[in-house]
Amino acid sequence: MATSILVENATKQFTMRYHRTIKQITVAAIRKQKISDSFLAVNDVSFRIEEGESVGLMGLNGSGKSTLLKLVNGTMRPDQGSVLTRGRIAGLIATGAGFHPQLTGRDNVYLNAAILGMSEAETNRKFDEIVEFADIGRFLDTPVGHYSSGMFSRLGFAVAVHTDSDIFLIDEVLAVGDKPFKKKCLARMQEIRDEGRTMLYVSHASGSVRKMCDRVLVLERGVLGYDGPVDEGIRYLHYEEDDDDRLDESDEEEMDEELGADV
Amino acid sequence: MTTQIRTDPGVGDLPEKPEPGRRPRAELASPFSTGGLVDVVKKRYLLKLLVQKEIRSRYQGSVLGFMWSYIQPLTRFCMYFFVIGLVLGLHKNVPNFAIHMFSAIVGVHYFTETFSSGTRSIVKNKAIVRKMAMPREMFPVSAVIVSAINTLPQLLILFIGAVAVGWRPDAEGLLAAVLGLAILTVLGTALALLFAGFNVFFRDFQSVVATFTIFTHWIVPMIYPFEKLASSPSIGGNTTLYTAYLSNPLTVAVLLLQRAFWLPTTVGKKGFPDDVHDIGFPYMPHHLMLLGVTMLVVSTIFLVLCQMVFRRLEGNFAERL
Repeated sequence: MATSILVENATKQFTMRYHRTIKQITVAAIRKQKISDSFLAVNDVSFRIEEGESVGLMGLNGSGKSTLLKLVNGTMRPDQGSVLTRGRIAGLIATGAGFHPQLTGRDNVYLNAAILGMSEAETNRKFDEIVEFADIGRFLDTPVGHYSSGMFSRLGFAVAVHTDSDIFLIDEVLAVGDKPFKKKCLARMQEIRDEGRTMLYVSHASGSVRKMCDRVLVLERGVLGYDGPVDEGIRYLHYEEDDDDRLDESDEEEMDEELGADV
Repeated sequence: MTTQIRTDPGVGDLPEKPEPGRRPRAELASPFSTGGLVDVVKKRYLLKLLVQKEIRSRYQGSVLGFMWSYIQPLTRFCMYFFVIGLVLGLHKNVPNFAIHMFSAIVGVHYFTETFSSGTRSIVKNKAIVRKMAMPREMFPVSAVIVSAINTLPQLLILFIGAVAVGWRPDAEGLLAAVLGLAILTVLGTALALLFAGFNVFFRDFQSVVATFTIFTHWIVPMIYPFEKLASSPSIGGNTTLYTAYLSNPLTVAVLLLQRAFWLPTTVGKKGFPDDVHDIGFPYMPHHLMLLGVTMLVVSTIFLVLCQMVFRRLEGNFAERL
């Protein structure tokens, strides 16, 4: 087995700017307020994923999961450390695809596929399959800016799953789809996993993570807190959550059950 | 956590035997594309799609659509011709003043369109830049290509107009045209890259560019002939100012286009020599072709520098968009 994703001491710093205009900046400077502040969205994270592994990436909101996925996907460059990947990468980042709102669904499929590295012939061959999977019917020639959020991510997911990729990234896609679509997605994801592709799956639903993944990474405020077997990881995460907010416990369980039931 | 770095993916692996239907195993590499303009050239299919997209979306929701990219230069032409040519009388002093002006307008309009649409290109496509990994140079480059496509019909109009007033092609003139357009393209691409990068961080830059384009019509010999400037004591007689004026690649490109399309139509008229090769200073600067080649080299070096700056900036695009 060869390494598929190699992340070494990756750090990504975000700068928050409180004031945008010269007037605001001047006023803030006179009052000796902070003009900008920075925080580490991903802090010194290292891990290695072998080819064919499917790994769940978990953590609370704002723990840096999406940023880490963007580093792996190549839309962001780490400030320090390195991120290396092998082969073609497909997937959905931060709920939804990189679609151009002014283009029609059809044009976006071709553009998206081309960005993922597919040729025109390859896209033509898979086009019908993609459209069928997305199930957007007559909206195919409507600008995607007018799509509902469900249609938008269905089409994005359809393109991503039909790309002949080596690495597959998913970021909470199941949060938008309806029940039948969720079911279809999970079945397709399982197929992808069984094909021996590397999978990195971001989810809050421990049920589906348990079904899909054989390893879990847990991020806590940008730091990699846990790397190991699934069950232990989920327990690790729940322990943290309970500490933070006891009231939500029953809600969490309920949601989990619901998502898990779809698998 | 201990991890060994393995930069050579071949070592320790089983001999690579691509299964049927699977692509051969790729090397371990950074997913963040840094290939720059070289990668853009390699991914021509993607570039083609982006150019098509750009053409469709540039004038989306407007009835006249792409006609606007002709209406603007045409209106400008008519306005200048009326005020400068007829009211101020340059039409009488400069032979074929219309061609003189239009060859400059075509060049300048190509440049400003490249510059301003290129500057907006990354921000305009933020939905894609934020989520998909690709050479981000694609967007400014496709803006340049769209502007070039829009310029072709204008060049055709210029060509027809020039032929109508007696233009005959000459080898040096054609070379001048190619050189002039090359300078505008390389310089336009360089500035599009640089400002597209800056514009991500501060949207002020698209306004800066819009302001700058106001100057471009006055700092090139468009509505006044070069001769007037070269023989004036205030600029032509002042070596520093004269050199500064000719150090502008845009000026040189415009002069090259005028050398190509306007100068051959002036032979034997209003005191111009009978052979186009005899028309020199003060109608055109000394060593115009050499100046053109120098400007092309300088613009190319500038393009390389802009690409380097862009590469430094692009690491934070996804975060700041």
